[in-house]
Amino acid sequence: MAKSIVIIGAGQAATQAANSLRQYGFNGKITMLGDEGIAPYQRPPLSKAYLMGEIEIARLKFRDDDQWERDGIDMRPNAGVANIDRAAKMVVTKSGEKIAYDNLIIATGSRVRKISCENSELKGIHYLRTLAQSDALKADLDKAKSIAIIGAGYIGLEVAAIARKKGLSVTVIELAPRVLARVATPIISQYFENLHASHGVNIMTNCALKAFGGKDKVQRVLLEDGREIAADMVLVGIGIIPNSEIAIDAGIICTNGIDVDEYARTNDANIYACGDCTNRELDLYGIRMRLESVHNALEQAKLAAAHIMGAQPPKLDTPWFWSDQYDVKMQIAGLSNGATQHIVRGNIADNKFAVFHLNDENRVLAVDAINSPGEFLIGKKLVLASAKITPQIISNLDIPIKELAAHAVE
Amino acid sequence: MVQITFIENNGTVHVVEATNGGTVMEAATKHNVPGIDADCGGACACATCHVFVDDDWMGKINPMGTMEESMLDFAEGVKPNSRLSCQITVNEDLDGLVVTIPASQF
Ligand SMILES: Cc1cc2nc3c(=O)[nH]c(=O)nc-3n(C[C@H](O)[C@H](O)[C@H](O)COP(=O)(O)OP(=O)(O)OC[C@H]3O[C@@H](n4cnc5c(N)ncnc54)[C@H](O)[C@@H]3O)c2cc1C
Ligand code: FES
Repeated sequence: MAKSIVIIGAGQAATQAANSLRQYGFNGKITMLGDEGIAPYQRPPLSKAYLMGEIEIARLKFRDDDQWERDGIDMRPNAGVANIDRAAKMVVTKSGEKIAYDNLIIATGSRVRKISCENSELKGIHYLRTLAQSDALKADLDKAKSIAIIGAGYIGLEVAAIARKKGLSVTVIELAPRVLARVATPIISQYFENLHASHGVNIMTNCALKAFGGKDKVQRVLLEDGREIAADMVLVGIGIIPNSEIAIDAGIICTNGIDVDEYARTNDANIYACGDCTNRELDLYGIRMRLESVHNALEQAKLAAAHIMGAQPPKLDTPWFWSDQYDVKMQIAGLSNGATQHIVRGNIADNKFAVFHLNDENRVLAVDAINSPGEFLIGKKLVLASAKITPQIISNLDIPIKELAAHAVE
Repeated sequence: MVQITFIENNGTVHVVEATNGGTVMEAATKHNVPGIDADCGGACACATCHVFVDDDWMGKINPMGTMEESMLDFAEGVKPNSRLSCQITVNEDLDGLVVTIPASQF
């Protein structure tokens, strides 16, 4: 049995791994090595309530600062890890300290993809991953009159909503023909384009960024087609890159993230990985991929802790995600890739509807629920069961959502 | 400081300190109380923070919002005293609050 467990990273997955280890009865040493200089906190509010100024830092933190020690977790926020010595079973921090482990959990998350073009280092160009970046963004949002957002993914659109609420004029610039192109189907993209347009956001799709302009700080965005957009500040949200380099350097198998199995194990039996930095199996869909969500981080952390402790692994749930924009709550269960039918239940104009994504056999692969928590929670179960339901049943509002499962056919 | 008691469905009791202005869910997660996973961190998006509020306290906690109501409508084992603990704001009046965690969350 392990006596000393080291966790690299001090974020969502790392915290859950430590919590689950204790809940499964581990009473040895847990050392958590972070590099942000701050105790673990949740990121989702950084583009939502926290950015809006509605909640304070203390409420983002997973624990009060003194609680880590009381729970027997040696949480060290200034101990970035430089490399892993698998042969000696120890990690080496950037300051050269060596820390031995019996089991190692890599929970290093991901970092933002940066743009490199003319003037891309100008002041006033923001990225959003960390608390410090959210604070810097907030400070500028409170001064600026206009913002250009590069990339219409969830983070870009959430920040667009906050910026509108703060009264800025907002332009969103997206390379793809529609917003959320990488993560959502066209019905949902269209819905969010209309939602943002109705709140006064200028959405420009099919637009390639060429460069930024400005003297001391950014003042405009230049597009490939020659157009210029004036902006007091910029947010770039064009995706993330898994922090898997220390694993790669240690010879752990990585293909677009650290490869892990259904127990969150890497190819080294003593080393586990969880969260944004991993590339995992998704039995439900028979694929292997990288997921970027809280649910994924929590689920894999629990799997790793359970396996280390020889406990029964937790039951896997449907992958899920949420996003808050204006007064719209979107909850997504499952992955719609591979779906061939997209069935709307409810009325899009009411801002309350769900899209059920089915494959050719009418199996429910995913559900996108807009202000429809029931559709989400029931949908999550239908996806997990690969339930087969006809489009006619799904779109029939005379059948209450709670009874949908009873209409599944085999 | 406000004291809140969480009772697991197997009877295990956790008495923790909660912060004014925070939520009952935060009091649980910050002390690693099992059974309150709070996957969404309080966004009212996951229903993994469901608790049963001791009847004596039902009148003292803030009322439900529409989102909470519809999430609870679909949660497991819901009773008249069900709440999502991330939607209960802690204040001085809640000192001594007792909530029970449903079996489905273990
Ligand atoms: C603004 C924003 C909004 C989001 N909104 C949502 C949402 O609504 N719903 C949702 O499901 N998900 C959301 N996400 C995604 C979610 O926050 C992530 O999927 C989750 O945080 C992943 O957890 P993690 O532990 O893998 O990574 P992280 O939480 O990023 O933690 C990793 C930590 O490891 C540290 N680290 C990296 N390398 C080293 C090293 N060598 N040594 C020591 N430490 C290291 C990092 O600095 C970081 O602190 C959002 C993310 C952001 C940024
Ligand atoms: S924490 Fe997710 S609904 Fe309460």
